[in-house]
Amino acid sequence: MTARVGVVTFPGSLDDRDAARAVRISGAEPVSLWHGDADLKGVDAVVLPGGFSYGDYLRCGAIARFAPIMSELVPAARSGALPVLGICNGFQILCESHLLPGALTRNSSRHFICRDQTLRIEATTTAWTNGYAPGQEVVIPLKSGEGSYVAEAATLDELERDGRIVARYVGTAPNGSQRGIAGITNEHGNVVGLMPHPEHAVEALTGPSVDGLGFFTSLLSHLASGSPVGAGAR
Amino acid sequence: MARVVVDVMLKPEILDPQGQAIVGACGRLGFEGVTQVRQGKRFEVEIEGELDDARLADVRRLAETLLANPVIEDFELRVE
Repeated sequence: MTARVGVVTFPGSLDDRDAARAVRISGAEPVSLWHGDADLKGVDAVVLPGGFSYGDYLRCGAIARFAPIMSELVPAARSGALPVLGICNGFQILCESHLLPGALTRNSSRHFICRDQTLRIEATTTAWTNGYAPGQEVVIPLKSGEGSYVAEAATLDELERDGRIVARYVGTAPNGSQRGIAGITNEHGNVVGLMPHPEHAVEALTGPSVDGLGFFTSLLSHLASGSPVGAGAR
Repeated sequence: MARVVVDVMLKPEILDPQGQAIVGACGRLGFEGVTQVRQGKRFEVEIEGELDDARLADVRRLAETLLANPVIEDFELRVE
């Protein structure tokens, strides 16, 4: 059966259509989810896309965290059952929701950064990265103004010790992220937050590479290998 | 009606690029001797009725759940 992957649209989401397209190209069925509905429509996984949810008012992701859809998503994700990929603003939402530790703050350079970025994939046992080789370098677009990852030193040590750093920037982190962190996962490996945009690198015509497709095909392998619990399936 | 002011500041160890940009502007404008600026947020929360301890505790909870992100920010409450 074709996997059904939800993509949440918040007011101010920009990359929901690209995320849905990436889901489709990977071979799954994208399902549109609306921030105002506390209904995951029984999807097998969810992508929180990039953009500026609620205009980034207060802090990036701070208001989206309390959207009705999140009341369904957060418990399902926290239990380890529901795979969730938060990209850029989605990563910020995951941190604000405390599904992932730490926070994303303004780029140390003070500039919005938009460029093709080389990353090194480190954790390859997560629901979203199992198709990559450990240490594999990929090129995907980075476009964010508040992408500098910060956390307490003890948290950073724990992430490194437990192999929960999903990706690091190759070379100096362009946004000042601590320990070069571009993406992390939770203790179950089902929730992944990533600052750069794999959904923009899934087709040669429109992206710098097709390196981002692996996040979406990894999910399909993950779903095929286990017996995923369809969130909210009634 | 009562008013509670909530001041939110980035924790001292968190880099504040906006503050640094302001320091840069100070120099260019001729305001000498400004060595550091930290930028924060001020919220004025108006509450209907009397502000008792329970209400104040509610505002404190509001501050720590929504107005501030305790991972990167500290906050202070005061009643005006």
